[in-house]
Order: sequence, then structure tokens, then C-alpha cells
Amino acid sequence: MSTDEHKDDRRGFLKCMTWAGSAMVWSVAGGIPRAHVVGQARAATSGFSFAQVSDSHLGFDKPANTNVTATFQQALGQVTAMADKPAFLIHTGDITHLSTPEQFDTGAQLLAATKLQVYTVPGEHDILEDDRKSYLNHYGKGSRGDGWYSFNAEGVHFIGLVNVVNLQGNGLGDLGLEQLDWLEKDVKNLSASTPIVVFAHVPLWIVYQDWGWGTKDGGQALSYLKRFGSVTVLNGHIHQVMQKIEGQVAFHTARSTAFPQGAPGVAKGPGPIAVPPGDLQKVLGTARISVVSTQSPLAIVDTPLAG
Amino acid sequence: MTMLLQRGLLLVCLIAPVAARSDTDATVHIDNFKFGPGTLTVAKGTAVTWTNQDDIPHSIVLNALGVRSKALDTDTAFTYQFDKSGSFTYICGLHPFMHGQVVVK
Repeated sequence: MSTDEHKDDRRGFLKCMTWAGSAMVWSVAGGIPRAHVVGQARAATSGFSFAQVSDSHLGFDKPANTNVTATFQQALGQVTAMADKPAFLIHTGDITHLSTPEQFDTGAQLLAATKLQVYTVPGEHDILEDDRKSYLNHYGKGSRGDGWYSFNAEGVHFIGLVNVVNLQGNGLGDLGLEQLDWLEKDVKNLSASTPIVVFAHVPLWIVYQDWGWGTKDGGQALSYLKRFGSVTVLNGHIHQVMQKIEGQVAFHTARSTAFPQGAPGVAKGPGPIAVPPGDLQKVLGTARISVVSTQSPLAIVDTPLAG
Repeated sequence: MTMLLQRGLLLVCLIAPVAARSDTDATVHIDNFKFGPGTLTVAKGTAVTWTNQDDIPHSIVLNALGVRSKALDTDTAFTYQFDKSGSFTYICGLHPFMHGQVVVK
């Protein structure tokens, strides 16, 4: 690939996304993403909704955020304070920073305090110790393999996938054959009109290969979902909001509740970014997702912790 | 304290001269999601130490040798002594787009 072609790719690529720090809120309804200025954002008011938090990195204590417990708590408080309470909460991984028992305990306590049903998938930071057992002991009940599972709620089929185990030199997230086989069978008998929500830590599509922001066999997983009229993919890992619509599939990544990361190709690397004092809450946040119609992608409203 | 350490080291050298053998030491720094130097050439028997200078943990996975370090938080190090000659590529277990190589002569 020539340098010029690469630049063109990047330009097209950047059109599709907004970065942490832009203080924008996006909603998707009927397949069209719409941006709102923070403060003017309105969640869909009818139907059922659920909330997404991501990348709480409990235990992180570096300058980018010296109190990640507080910002996670604030994000959860924002969710529980909603007038129409979400049906449940999804955490898309990196609950902890270093997989220590203390970090898992803190996470469990904070999540339990919401009194919401919580669904999780592991991030690579949640499986650093103990051969993944610490994560599975806390969140693996009823799951298969490394922690994948599915469930139904309000007519929507939810699938939690694990793409952070046994990562190889290609640098990308990996689902593996066993999980792909399970997924194919899991959706086989569902009617094509069933709305599907897939959630996993690392983006299922290739966001930025140079930083490993994508899943090697994500395309294979999505091929099993092609026949469905509405597929929404929710990911974390990259600590910024990004959205893309491809056919019937809406891809969405969530902010972190701990610290922002830089924009690919713009920042010097994928590490934490320290923002000026007082600005941190603007780049952290939660996502709330409402089912607006069984035939449309879900409406997603990202809410920073502070405008 | 220094005296004690020196005595300790002396003792180790006296009682376990083979195990403690390390002709030279070499260091790889991890900075901004890169191993530096990316390719390190050392003599057989060299103990290589990786030090993480990032705000994010990394780990060292030497697949060919079946070696996998624990996650290294900021300013934490991992040392492995290379006793076989050859070219050994490695990755970070958390960020596998990070590649490095140790050439042992």
C-alpha cells in the first residue's frame, strides 16, 4: 500500500468516528447515527433500555486518573439515577487493572450497589492472574469456555463474547474456533427478525490494526449474524466513542470510566492520556441503549460523566 | 545495609557459582508500547531484563521457549537468562502488536 492510499484510507476512516474529548453524544435510530451536543442529548423515551459501562480499570493509579474507583462509582451513580431505570447493566471488560483479588472485590461491591443485574465480558486486564480463574469465579457462572454466553431480554438476543484470551503475534483480539462454533449454533434457530446485541471487550471489527484494535476472526462471527435484520455490536477497550454502520450492523465502542486513550494515528501511542484538571469527567462516561423498534438498530446515547 | 547486601551476594557467588552465572546483563526498556531495542543481540548466558516504563502493564511472552512473564506494572521488571543460542521473537501478552527479538550468539 502506498503512503497516499494509506492517507486516503485514514481520511475515510476518521469520518466514521468521534473521539473521547469531543464532548459529543451520539444516538443511532433507524440506521442513521446522529450527533448531539452534550446537554441537548435525549435518550429514546419509550421501550426498554439498558446501560453500558466499560474499562473501569480498578486499581489504576497513574496521573491520567488517580481515583478510578470514584469515577466508576460516579458512572454507576449516573446510571442508577436515571428516571426510567435501565433493565440491566453491561460491563464490556477491563473491570480491573491487574486482576488482583482486591480489585475484583472493589468491582463486585460497586456493581452490587447498583442493585442492577450485571452482565460482563472480560478484558485482557481481567485475566492476568490465576489462569483466568479470578474472573470466572466472579463472573463466569453459567458461561461457557472462557466466559461467553447468551441470554434473551424483552425479545432481544444478547451475546457476550470473549476475545482477549491467548492473543497471538498478529496483535488482534481472538475468539477462537470453539467459541465461533458455539456462536453459530447459538443463533441458528433464532428468527431473522430477532434483534441481536453482541458485546465483547476488543472491537469486533478492525478499528486500527497498528494498535491491535480489532478482532482477527470478528468477521467470521459477524457472518453468522448476516441474516438478522438488526445487529448491534458493543465494545470497549479503546476508551473512546466510535460508531460505524455497515448494512444491518451498528458498531459502537464505549468510553472508559477510568481514563481516555488517544485517537489512532493522531496520538503517539495507545496509552492513557492525562487531560487538564477538571476535564477528566468530560471524557469518561456511560452509554445507555434503548430498544426503539424490533426492526431498527438500537438507539445509543453516550453520556460523559460531566458536560 | 550495603555491607549486608554485598555479603549476601558474595555468599551466593561462593555457594552457587553456576546458577548465578551471568556473563553480562542486558536491558530492554518498554516505552510507549515499544520494546527498545527492538532487536537485542547478546552472548549465550546473558540475563535480559525488561523494564516497563509505561503507565499501562505489559508482559513478555517468549512462545518458542514457553516463557510467559506475569503482568509488569509500571517500573516493574522481568529477567530471563538465555542459555540457548538462536533468534527468539517475543510479544507483549496484553498488547500482542508489540514485537521484539532477542538474538543469542
